[in-house]
Amino acid sequence: MIEVRNLVKRYGDHVAVDHLSFQVEDGQIYGFLGPNGAGKSTTMNIMTGYIGATEGEVLIDGHDILSEPEEAKKCIGYLPELPPLYMDMMVEEYLRFVSEVKQIEKSKRKECVQKSMEMTGLLPVAGRMIRNLSKGYKQRVGLAQAIMGMPKIIILDEPTVGLDPKQIIEIRDLIRSLAKEHTVILSSHILSEVSEVCDHIMIISHGKLAASDTPENLIKMMDASHMLDLRIKGTEEQIHEVIDAMEDVTSVTMKPSEEENVMAVSLNVKENTDIREALFFGFAKANCPILMMTSSRVSLEDVFMELTADDEKARKEREAAEQEEDYAKEFTDAAGKEEMPGEFVDINEDLSAEFMEDTKKEEQ
Amino acid sequence: MLAIYKRELKSYFTSMIGPIFIAVAVIFTGIYFMVYNLNAGYQYFSYALGSTLFIYILLVPILTMRSLSEERRSKTDQLLLTSPITVNQMILGKYLSMVTVFAITCLIFCMCPVIVTFGGSGHLVSDYAGIFIFFVCGCVFIAIGMLISALTESPVIAAVGTLGVLLLLYFMSSLTGYIPTTAMGSFVGCLILLVLLCLILYFFTKNWIISGGISALGIVACVILYLIKPDVFENLLPGVLEKLSFTTSLDTVMYTFVFDFSGLFYYLSVIFVLIFLTVQVVQKRRWS
Repeated sequence: MIEVRNLVKRYGDHVAVDHLSFQVEDGQIYGFLGPNGAGKSTTMNIMTGYIGATEGEVLIDGHDILSEPEEAKKCIGYLPELPPLYMDMMVEEYLRFVSEVKQIEKSKRKECVQKSMEMTGLLPVAGRMIRNLSKGYKQRVGLAQAIMGMPKIIILDEPTVGLDPKQIIEIRDLIRSLAKEHTVILSSHILSEVSEVCDHIMIISHGKLAASDTPENLIKMMDASHMLDLRIKGTEEQIHEVIDAMEDVTSVTMKPSEEENVMAVSLNVKENTDIREALFFGFAKANCPILMMTSSRVSLEDVFMELTADDEKARKEREAAEQEEDYAKEFTDAAGKEEMPGEFVDINEDLSAEFMEDTKKEEQ
Repeated sequence: MLAIYKRELKSYFTSMIGPIFIAVAVIFTGIYFMVYNLNAGYQYFSYALGSTLFIYILLVPILTMRSLSEERRSKTDQLLLTSPITVNQMILGKYLSMVTVFAITCLIFCMCPVIVTFGGSGHLVSDYAGIFIFFVCGCVFIAIGMLISALTESPVIAAVGTLGVLLLLYFMSSLTGYIPTTAMGSFVGCLILLVLLCLILYFFTKNWIISGGISALGIVACVILYLIKPDVFENLLPGVLEKLSFTTSLDTVMYTFVFDFSGLFYYLSVIFVLIFLTVQVVQKRRWS
């Protein structure tokens, strides 16, 4: 159980975390979701005691991370953004060192090292130098380090970065299996990952908690306006005639599809109404066969965009104003600096996510 | 602490820094030993050892440069600072591992006085006392290097910075001769030091009130003291610097064979202060 109360972190004038409060219950997988620079990593660094907060407190199992750091840190396994690896050590040697630093009892150390290597699939590379491992294996060593000694709470900062699609699936399965006995908190900006793995999602935007709920509820929250996509054989006039007769339709867009004489129609329908049957009979009467009808649901992606969009707009406006005000200031703005490489990584992530989804479809 | 100590020590010997440090130290001390004791026939090994001090001014920065800067650069400090060990343990483990590497070279030197006795009369007690105070002095150098390594993220900057500070300390006793010994000279020197203190305090606290206030108090005290009793400032700065000079007590033991206990306590207290400061630097970074 983790309690975060009123957390604030300021870097000079820049507020990285802005009065953040939440609770994490035992035995669930929590996902931190947010665009780059939203304060995910900073929050995690504060929760694990790596950096101190400007204001607010973090309680790990009732222990304050600042006043009782030893007790609190014993409950946590942490995989930072960049795995903290000593390049000049061998995998097994490194994990043995981690087990010592984490003050695991001497008699249990060997077993713990073995178990964490088994769970992360590191046994084949146990005797290799970490420097010579591929990025995916390095990430796994980082993960093995985080689950060393099976701490109650496992905090993972973007655990699947740099892994190939197969490894991503393996790591996800591992995270799911860990959640049976542990609380897992992971951060990501890959929506598909979070929605697939996590029981609970916290969307963070500009250091504030924008939303916190289960993935299903988040989608439901957005599901108010219904959309229907149709493919109808017939002319534009015929279709308009049928649709105009329906009262529940709020807007129509129509364009010719790839097939001849077939129109692609999308309809916005009023809340809590089901006009599918009416549409069927209406078009049947007009002698226009319906070739396809799907109700398009809101994805988590839309929720995410909706929740972070307003802030984004506000920030862009603010930044533009600042630029006019003082052009030179832009160069010293730490936040601005961070944004640039961050955006670049983001593109890569999305690509890898897409790639992964494609391969998954192929597998099926 | 033990885990960090073991890891650091092992890494010094897998990364070649340890063996190279020991090898270079032993080779140069061996050359001095040959020239002073074996060829010229001096009976005291401490003469040879005392002359090699400047070699360590070049070598210690190489030993200490990576100790904390590398942790920060490769982000491995995230592992250490989020695990249930204290910063004190982490710093002590690192410090002791570097001291151990240096101790190995000093243990090798322990053979030399015995070799001298084979060729005639040796002076084992004064020679071993010399090696001991030399070791403690080296420990001060290592503590300085560790503090500078904690201040930066780049091992190269840490090495160059440490080299600069050590060289300045090495030349301090000879440089004090150029400082004016008059009361006026020391008074002006004190004022300059207080202004410097103000700037250093501001750098660390970013608070003009605290840094300026402390310095202003000091300056006022200096001015009053200078007006009432100017002879206090007579030879003040050179005298203090002479006392604080690192090599003075080392030379006393090395060349006059008088064991300088006050010098030993000076070295030990400086080590303590430097380690304390290193811990504070690491702690402070977590809050800024």
